[in-house]
Amino acid sequence: MAITRDEVLHVARLARLELRDDEIARFTEQLSAILEAVAKVSELDLSDVEPTAHPLDLVNVWSEDEPRPCLPVDEALANAPEREAGFFKVPPA
Amino acid sequence: MIDTLRLTAEDAMGLLERREVSAAELHRAYLDAIGERDSELHAFLRTVDEPDGEGVAIAFKDLISTRGVETTAGSKILSGYVPVYDATVASRCRAAGMPLIGKTNMDEFAMGSSTENSAFGPTRNPWDPERVPGGSSGGSAAAVAAGLAPWALGSDTGGSVKQPASLCGIVGLRPTYGTVSRYGIVAFASSLDQIGPMTKTVRDNALLYRVLAGRDPEDTTTVELPQPVEIPEREDLKGIRVGVPRELNEAEGIEPGVMEVVQRTIELCRELGAEVGETSLPRSVDYGMPCYYLIAPAEASSNLARYDGVRYGLRVNGSNVREMYEKTRDAGFGDEPKRRIMLGTYALSAGYYEAYYGQAQKVRTVIADEHAAAFENFDVLVSPTSPTVAFKLGEKAENPLAMYLSDVLTIPSNLAGLPGLSIPCGLSDGLPVGFQLIGPQFSENTLFHVGHALERAIGFDFVPGRLK
Amino acid sequence: MTWEPVIGLEIHIHLKTRTKMFCRCEVAYFEPENSRTCPVCLAFPGSLPVPNAKAVEWTIKLGLALECEIAEHAVFHRKNYFYPDNPKGYQISQYDEPLCVSGRLALPGPEGDAEIGIVRAHLEEDAAKNVHLGGAEGRIGGATATLVDFNRAGTPLVEIVTQPDLRSADQARRFLQLLRQTVVELGISDAEMQKGSLRFDVNVSVRPEGSDELRTRTELKNLNSFAFAAKAIQREVERQIAVYESGGEIEQETLHFDPGAEAAPPLRSKEEAQDYRYFPEPDLVPIEAPRELVERIRTELPETPATRIRRLADGLDHDLAEDLVTSGRDRLYERVPGDRRAVANVLMNQFAVSGVDPEAVDPEELGKLIEARSRIPREKLTEAFAASGDPGFSAERYLGDGLVADTAELEPIIERVLAANPGQVEAYRGGKEGLLGFFVGQVMKETQGKADPRVVNELLRQKLS
Ligand SMILES: [Mg+2]
Ligand SMILES: [Zn+2]
Repeated sequence: MAITRDEVLHVARLARLELRDDEIARFTEQLSAILEAVAKVSELDLSDVEPTAHPLDLVNVWSEDEPRPCLPVDEALANAPEREAGFFKVPPA
Repeated sequence: MIDTLRLTAEDAMGLLERREVSAAELHRAYLDAIGERDSELHAFLRTVDEPDGEGVAIAFKDLISTRGVETTAGSKILSGYVPVYDATVASRCRAAGMPLIGKTNMDEFAMGSSTENSAFGPTRNPWDPERVPGGSSGGSAAAVAAGLAPWALGSDTGGSVKQPASLCGIVGLRPTYGTVSRYGIVAFASSLDQIGPMTKTVRDNALLYRVLAGRDPEDTTTVELPQPVEIPEREDLKGIRVGVPRELNEAEGIEPGVMEVVQRTIELCRELGAEVGETSLPRSVDYGMPCYYLIAPAEASSNLARYDGVRYGLRVNGSNVREMYEKTRDAGFGDEPKRRIMLGTYALSAGYYEAYYGQAQKVRTVIADEHAAAFENFDVLVSPTSPTVAFKLGEKAENPLAMYLSDVLTIPSNLAGLPGLSIPCGLSDGLPVGFQLIGPQFSENTLFHVGHALERAIGFDFVPGRLK
Repeated sequence: MTWEPVIGLEIHIHLKTRTKMFCRCEVAYFEPENSRTCPVCLAFPGSLPVPNAKAVEWTIKLGLALECEIAEHAVFHRKNYFYPDNPKGYQISQYDEPLCVSGRLALPGPEGDAEIGIVRAHLEEDAAKNVHLGGAEGRIGGATATLVDFNRAGTPLVEIVTQPDLRSADQARRFLQLLRQTVVELGISDAEMQKGSLRFDVNVSVRPEGSDELRTRTELKNLNSFAFAAKAIQREVERQIAVYESGGEIEQETLHFDPGAEAAPPLRSKEEAQDYRYFPEPDLVPIEAPRELVERIRTELPETPATRIRRLADGLDHDLAEDLVTSGRDRLYERVPGDRRAVANVLMNQFAVSGVDPEAVDPEELGKLIEARSRIPREKLTEAFAASGDPGFSAERYLGDGLVADTAELEPIIERVLAANPGQVEAYRGGKEGLLGFFVGQVMKETQGKADPRVVNELLRQKLS
């Protein structure tokens, strides 16, 4: 199961990773090898098997609708790379 | 003079209780040890000068959020990020009076088995600085082994507590999934991540697990322990049924030196009164790796989407927001996170989901069922923790697949959500070998009992030869 | 050929829980930016979601009101995409195992009920609010930066998806009104478009009448009122028909309307093939709604607005019945005595304009006012309706107070007026009956408008005959 250069670029776009040319070649090769190894899962016929999303069989865990204190605005913004007044600021869309 | 290389956490507690030393003196002794040895080892990313608590200090892997103390998960993308809140495990340690001594190095976002993937440089193995400490909790393992911390917390997704514990000659527990809160832990793969204690002895491990375990309302995947944690005392194994799964003990790549020490330990189980028998996990080992390397990267690809330069961490600006995302994530993530993000994105993307992620979830069921079947006849399953002893820095850096094989023996039980304890069981070529004990869900007390009895019988000296 | 519109809706409503969907920050609409946030809704590393039990309960309630099946096993999924208003890089939503499926809402109409299928109703979280700086009026185009406020991030949101069962723009409008009234009466949402607590997208296609094919559809987004939606749908239906009739094809695209400028033509964009990479949210466990809970909620459901429209339409025009119910005035209507049609009309017109809360009104007093409305000068009547919700309101003041209806008092005035205008009296008696208004006017002038016009009319006729 090889992955093509185009597929690597597509996946990188989906994941918002800007890859340099040297990275594209390297990742294409490495991901192909890994995909070949993981494709082994398809050897098994598991049509009757239920998937496991979670190791424990828990259901219905939630909390009551009771407010708790929020962060002070300064703490919310403490790590912001850029802010303006009480907002986080980012480049335009 | 406090000999931090020898002192167990339990010993340290005794010293404090008897007021033979103060918490400040104890803290100072570890800081001195760090000053002496950590420039070579690089187990710590940062240390805390003043103890905040009257108990025995502890080191945290740097993916545990600590209010006011930088938390990077070994990544450049979180460099400079200072949490405004504490992880639940940090609060629990604080409530138990345990001051933080420092944050330890790790593979970036816990992705790796050697701690070479840290954006801040590798950690070295206290037994041989030419070698890796294992990973991803290599900093915590090295810190405990080198007497730089009485004990430490690591995190284990595919083997990141057990494997470095094995390579550094200490005790590491990966708890039953859901018994320790993940709230405040920088996430790698949510359905697999667990925080685990890394200690010099099994009793220390049980003492620390007792502080950590239990339901947390902030983490809906946690549960209360069905019975309280027992600090092990028994030194025999009468009535214990020990299963030796063929596939975990005959897997390709297990070094003969490792197998020899493990065989001797299995023999010791019998001598201590255990019933030992062979068993089988037919598909868990062959299919565990591929299953893990689909599920973990898929979850990671989503968990790492929040590192986008908007609210915290690194930002590399661009002319529009998309460009900012792509430049930030390119500059902020190292190769291994990038590989796994792409692999996971691919596995979840349209047209591939059923064949990859969906199928991997079914394999996970098969693996859990195989383990459950084995536990009908056995109380614990045993194997080497890692197929090899500590390897040389750089040895596997160029080949991700070879690196992935370091976790081939820890992954299957992790996928099944089961607890696993690694204890040092001897040396091969002068390097520690870890013995993996796997139990059914919530069987930590049994693992502690068996681990403690073996530890006493083996008499392993956890002080690295070169530091004696 | 006749063409039939095929219309489906996707509606998002905010639940009016006290706290957000996955954290216990208070839900906020008008608070200072980023003052209602925490590590969870800001997606700080390591934070984890905890579902709001009330939101789950209310979604079940809505599902039952829409006659949905409540899933025995429902799962939250992650919907992965990057945008600054999406802090985790994924929205926690529901995918192939939603909480409510396969429902229906019977929409009463002049020709009987139309059954509109509900595909699903699921629970998710809202995004943050982006403010685009530098462009025209907060629009994206030409902006120089974006500011993000996470107060709204994580507000509980129910997404309701209908089958493409609606057959006209007007029917879509009526469906939206009925659905809105339904959620308001369930007490789970205030569903106010201005506040953003109700939003919807519309899918529109057309097909030859009688066919059951589904042709390429377009999606209408950012519609800011039901009335505007009806207009926009109608225009789009007409456009599509024109395209087909001139031999063209409809392209799948999205029409983005500008909420600030209804008249502006919508911006068109190609639907980019999205790949959201849905997978089960590993930080949360499934919901298996306990059957006792579902049954308890079922017994607590109020009578639906649709049922009430049907009941009222028995004695009234369908449209009037529908307006009464969807405006929330039908309960008052049923308690106000008097002529049914008159009461309904007044409630939907003069009373509606007053903006008075129907709940605050004494129906008996309002009935008196409506009954006497033709005898009360217009300004006085407006004043009366405006005051009709005040505590202790009495219609008497507006009926009696100031209006002189007493014959003994009015007779001498009328005598005086007639005596002062002998020519007009003669003309009237000679057949110019139109002069009655003149005499009424004179009497009103004498009494400064305080005479009861009905009594004055009657007396004048007597005296002049
Ligand atoms: Mg939605
Ligand atoms: Zn919050």
